[in-house]
Amino acid sequence: MRTPKKHIRNFSIIAHIDHGKSTLADRLLELTETVAKRDMQQQILDDMDLERERGITIKAHAVTLTYKQDGEEYELNLIDTPGHVDFNYEVSRSLAACEGAVLIVDATQGIEAQTLANTYLALDHDLELVPVINKIDLPAADPERVAADIEDVIGLDSEEAPRVSAKTGENVGDVLKQIVKLVPCPEGDDDAPLKALVFDSVYDNYKGVIVYVRIMDGTIKAGDTMRMMATGAQFTVVEVGKMAATSLMPTKQLCAGEVGYITASIKTVRDARVGDTVTTAENPAAEPLEGYKKVNPMVFCGIYPADGADYEALKEALEKLQLNDAALSFEPETSGALGFGFRCGFLGLLHLEIIQERLEREYNLDLVSTVPSVIYKIHMRGGEVLEIDNPTKYPDPAEIDYSEEPMTDAHIFSPPEFVGTIMDLCQERRGFYKDMKYLSADRVELSYDLPLNEIIYDFFDALKSRTKGYASFDYELKGYARSNLVKLDVLLNGDGIDALSFIIHSDKAYGRARKIAEKLKDNIPRQQFEIPVQIAVGGKVIARETVKALRKDVLAKCYGGDITRKKKLLEKQKEGKKRMRSFGTVEVPQEAFMAILKLDEQ
Amino acid sequence: MKGLYIHIPFCRSKCPYCDFYSVPRNDALIEKYCDALIDEIETGRRTKDFTENSDMSFDTVYFGGGTPSVIGAERLGRILECIRKNYTISADAEITAECNPSTVDDEFFINLSSYGFNRISLGMQSAVDSERHSLGRLADKNKVLSVINSARKSGITNISLDVMLGVPSQTMESLDETVDFLLDTDVPHISAYMLSIEEGTNFHKRQDSLVLPDEDAVCDMYSHLAQRLTQQGFEHYEISNFAKSGFESRHNLKYWECEEYLGLGAAAHSFINGKRFFFERNAEAFISGDTAVFDSYGGDSEEFIMLALRLKKGISAQDYYKRFGCSLPLSFTEKAKAFITSGHMTLDGDTYSLTQKGMLISNYIISNLED
Repeated sequence: MRTPKKHIRNFSIIAHIDHGKSTLADRLLELTETVAKRDMQQQILDDMDLERERGITIKAHAVTLTYKQDGEEYELNLIDTPGHVDFNYEVSRSLAACEGAVLIVDATQGIEAQTLANTYLALDHDLELVPVINKIDLPAADPERVAADIEDVIGLDSEEAPRVSAKTGENVGDVLKQIVKLVPCPEGDDDAPLKALVFDSVYDNYKGVIVYVRIMDGTIKAGDTMRMMATGAQFTVVEVGKMAATSLMPTKQLCAGEVGYITASIKTVRDARVGDTVTTAENPAAEPLEGYKKVNPMVFCGIYPADGADYEALKEALEKLQLNDAALSFEPETSGALGFGFRCGFLGLLHLEIIQERLEREYNLDLVSTVPSVIYKIHMRGGEVLEIDNPTKYPDPAEIDYSEEPMTDAHIFSPPEFVGTIMDLCQERRGFYKDMKYLSADRVELSYDLPLNEIIYDFFDALKSRTKGYASFDYELKGYARSNLVKLDVLLNGDGIDALSFIIHSDKAYGRARKIAEKLKDNIPRQQFEIPVQIAVGGKVIARETVKALRKDVLAKCYGGDITRKKKLLEKQKEGKKRMRSFGTVEVPQEAFMAILKLDEQ
Repeated sequence: MKGLYIHIPFCRSKCPYCDFYSVPRNDALIEKYCDALIDEIETGRRTKDFTENSDMSFDTVYFGGGTPSVIGAERLGRILECIRKNYTISADAEITAECNPSTVDDEFFINLSSYGFNRISLGMQSAVDSERHSLGRLADKNKVLSVINSARKSGITNISLDVMLGVPSQTMESLDETVDFLLDTDVPHISAYMLSIEEGTNFHKRQDSLVLPDEDAVCDMYSHLAQRLTQQGFEHYEISNFAKSGFESRHNLKYWECEEYLGLGAAAHSFINGKRFFFERNAEAFISGDTAVFDSYGGDSEEFIMLALRLKKGISAQDYYKRFGCSLPLSFTEKAKAFITSGHMTLDGDTYSLTQKGMLISNYIISNLED
């Protein structure tokens, strides 16, 4: 039986990381008996192991809840959103599929960077906000102060905002009541040409791509010919339906206002990109829905198998991940130092880390990756503009007129006592101060223009450690700015190691070069000869260290006839060697690469 | 023929650097332990799973520890007698006992010699009093000299002295004092071990407070010692061992040449019929009849290379071929080239061996060559 539109509510949950989004979702599923309590596992919407471990949502998910109130049955479609800035576009599409959003604020922490960023996104989409104050069970909770902050900073009436504990379940029923009361029901014309917004797509081994949609206008059913309006690709619809918590429930059709899925034997998520509009070939819509954009990778790095024999396995793994991740790009590249591998593009550093971890964990690959890079625009004397995301393609400095690097519009939220340290950090990271606002007595918002390449290394870690974890951070890209860039080259024993090169602002070259030289010295084990470590810019060495020759590595002692013990010690040593890469005559352990990625703040 | 090793796990006191298996001396336990050794030699019941169809002929017998001398010459003689009765011991067998110089005298050696022991190894460690005390060794230079004389008087002239490098407060000068002493004694065999701090030892517990010579200094000491000894006619025949011609430890050579040996007693290791096996580090368990435990299969190419490269004579391609029926692995010969260039190895005819500089980083070289 179809639910009348006035009994449908489409909503998202938005929150700063760790404010309890997934836990609240779990409780809502339980309360509406969408999932039987015995089947409940923590964070059911986060079905990747990684999501559960990191406590973040990487992919969007959706589920239909059936909720009874005053004898009426409501269909509540919960569209979960990824909670990280790398996936901002996916968040925006999920929000566009809704009429309302539950805004969770942690009663112990108050408003954070992503609280506001997500709120603004939700307001951009004209969503009705349902504020919820979570974690009232914690001793440090101060729901009234947080409610006042929400009123002051966001301008939302929080008097009736449910004060809940998603953990214990206390007052969670009030959230459902508020959703029904505040979120408007969807509109739309069942008989108009189909316009369905793709807010997520997931590859499934059996069904092909499962396209998650919100129907804005029209109707779709099995047998229809669906057309992706951005790409023009057409497919015959095999099945449409709704989402239970752990399974799909086929239905006869999907109508305007509803949230559901479509399968049509689509082979890759690139054919059903998030943000695209589905219509039918039989009765096509004149215009697609607004807001589609192809998300482009922002951060690039080379990924190589630690063992060259794993090249094919790495390629297959990347292809499989790409089936499900339209934002991941890769193409083969060859490095003199690392052999055959792939230049991969990511939305951001978290995206990069997630992909690396999934490759290592789910596909059992041992990887070596290069320093991440952003896309630089290099203006050549001849007038040509090169987009360089790979230091090995950096042109001869003599040919360069000027360079540009991508900038971000960054917002940092923090208690006022850390303003000084944050300003220092942003200064070090070549930030341009723009503004500082007191959101409340104990919450400050700092706005900076920060170069993207200063953020992608370890900005977030540095910010967290310098502010004892209290500051939060959000950014969006805002175009390119002229910059003075140089390429740093690393030479070991006189040989250039292409995989260790990277592009950096010239002001930072010396400091960075010294740190890299030191790190390499500390991380390259002594070998039978002395190894000079040199860092050069355009042929000029600007930092130098030496790894002294190994003099002593011997089992002098006689262990009687215990040969096995000797053998085991050597085996261990050989194992260590396997994790090393040969660069000409020099062996470099993977840790040395990692050490360069995570240069400490000092 | 095989080598026979007998472990005597008793000591007067535990030296702070030592991680060999030993327990405090205790007469009742010593008696039971010797009975157990004799029982094992007579019945072979603790090792029968490994020694079936194996010929029990030996041309070396080595009593190690612990401190074999603390159980007295009579007990050592009783065990050796039992060995002769039950196994075949060749007429020219090398029969060694490790001795602590502070607990032996003329009578001890007269007895020892009369039972047929013809070699002793003395744990002196250093000729410098302060160094020796920090190592828990009591016998001073004069005592060691008198012990050597006693042994010689009894007819035992094949004597080895142990010294250590890199011990607390050691310097080049103090090392020279020790080397002077070694040369004065005119013993034909010297073992020189670089101190390594092993887990479970007293040194390990207080390693933060130990003042040890740094790695470079220890390397310099090693080279200096080797130079002085070789100048005086010693051959540096194994990483830690020096001998006048004909006085190499025949028993220890069996380990390095991948030959067979039977080890009896707690913590003793064996290699027979391609299998390495051992007894747990537990004297009570040995007494109560616990059987030897399988360790690993031995004697493969990697092991052979690992052991042979400890010896100055190294690996000849021909010997390798005789043993394994194939040439040395290509990866070995290829990688050896870099070490020959860097002065860590030599290739003489078809024989690869480590130079003294190479011996100091033998682990590194071997793990590279076998990669």
